Amino acid sequence: MDIPNITKKKIRELLKDSNRVDGRAQFDNREIVVETDVSNKAEGSARVKLGNTEVIVGVKLQTQEPYSDHKDEGTLMVGMEINPSAGERYEPGPPKIDAIEIARVVDRGIRESGYIDFKKLCIKEGETVWSVMVDIYAINDDGNLLDASAIGAVAALKMTKIPEYTEEEGVQYGNLTDNGLPLTENESLMMTFYKVGNQLLFDPTRDEEDASSARLTLAISKPGKDKIINSMQKGGLDSMSIEHLNQVIEEAEKVYDKIFPELDKKVEGLK
Amino acid sequence: MEEEKIIEENKEEQEKGSEEMDNDNSQEEIKVERKLVIPGETIVSGDDYLPGDYTKKDGDNVVSNRYGLAEVRGRVVKILPISGVYEPRRGNTVIGRVSEINFSGWQIDIGGPWRAFLPLNECPRFINRNNVAEFAGVGDVFNIKVWGVKQGSVDLSLKSRGLGKLEDGRIIKINCHKVPRVIGKEGSMINLIKDKTSTEITVGQNGYVWLKGDIDGTRKAEEAIRLIEKEAASEGLTNKVEEFLG
Repeated sequence: MDIPNITKKKIRELLKDSNRVDGRAQFDNREIVVETDVSNKAEGSARVKLGNTEVIVGVKLQTQEPYSDHKDEGTLMVGMEINPSAGERYEPGPPKIDAIEIARVVDRGIRESGYIDFKKLCIKEGETVWSVMVDIYAINDDGNLLDASAIGAVAALKMTKIPEYTEEEGVQYGNLTDNGLPLTENESLMMTFYKVGNQLLFDPTRDEEDASSARLTLAISKPGKDKIINSMQKGGLDSMSIEHLNQVIEEAEKVYDKIFPELDKKVEGLK
Repeated sequence: MEEEKIIEENKEEQEKGSEEMDNDNSQEEIKVERKLVIPGETIVSGDDYLPGDYTKKDGDNVVSNRYGLAEVRGRVVKILPISGVYEPRRGNTVIGRVSEINFSGWQIDIGGPWRAFLPLNECPRFINRNNVAEFAGVGDVFNIKVWGVKQGSVDLSLKSRGLGKLEDGRIIKINCHKVPRVIGKEGSMINLIKDKTSTEITVGQNGYVWLKGDIDGTRKAEEAIRLIEKEAASEGLTNKVEEFLG
């Protein structure tokens, strides 16, 4: 059943007084649970839960010829699938627009932050480079798949170990070296703010996401003293005013400070 | 005022709807052995047994159609499903959302794969054919009765006491097989939650629940319902819920 009008109205009404149906404040997030190495065959994997929302992310590596305009750089590819088991609204078949968008937004967040040092993924210039493939699977959708996917992707990349490679025999899958991916300090946290009525909120449940009319995704990292915005993606049909934009940026910084250090420490501890 | 009446009548409806549950409880007292089965599993074989709910006869065997707890009572074998979609039955009171409007009535989403339809003449008051949306538009929610089930389609009716459009409040979804537990024996569980949280609650047999009240009350009620849903199989559930509600 799609969201009924009365539920939508209730969510908007409550939000006017900064209340939410589940008792959280406007910019509170649900508990983030990260599990790593959930897959045997992937080079790195993670399972992320935001409340009832759950995704599994796997990273596979393969060698390929570099693109002709980036002869000494590895490549990154992010794919996402949302199967019917994630929620009754999803149909089987190739990824639809929602899944494709999430994959591309996650891709952009990781790529533009420079989190992966693609130059170091080069094996032989112009001939062979590592190609990093991140696959995201939604297990359960209770809203905010975007942020869950991004957290999962970063965690899985952190866990990834490069498999053994020789020029003669190619990649020896199953024999992992101790070397992780060449990751930089510039680790981004992606967060999405939703516009519901004339208010903003963070980490929506499915109902809240259905009640929203627009969203804005930011990938923020803090390489030095200051935070930088690496990527931005606006979604939904409604517009966002300048006031909202300023509020999003202001709250994003707060959310980053609140979530990221703890989350990063937790994931590092799982290594 | 009118709303209050509806609510009162809902209560009666629900109590009626929970008769099924009463049987369940009395069974517990007799202690019938229950076995977890998966679809396709043979529960018992031999001519002595008759297939009941969610089972079918395959040669001599009685085979399960659902994932659930199988029980044999006398000659009848039946299953209490644990998961799966809602299967509409004649006389069920359900909560559904209008998904489409046309000249002859409303297409209503009651969950599951069934197409349910509410014709204009099953509406308790006169409706102008050219302005059907005036009474209910897409996204509006009804407390509504299943009037008949045909192959693949369901007929609905509002012509009964306590039915109508749900205004205000919000809808949550629970597993429809846990509905008898949420309602409790003669509505004991649901009345307990209503009293303790001063919330108006209507439970549809299809697993949709309507909550109306202040923010803390409805949240507490939702949590209590989720608790029942999660621990539906455990004993002394009423005490647990009472403890939870404080």
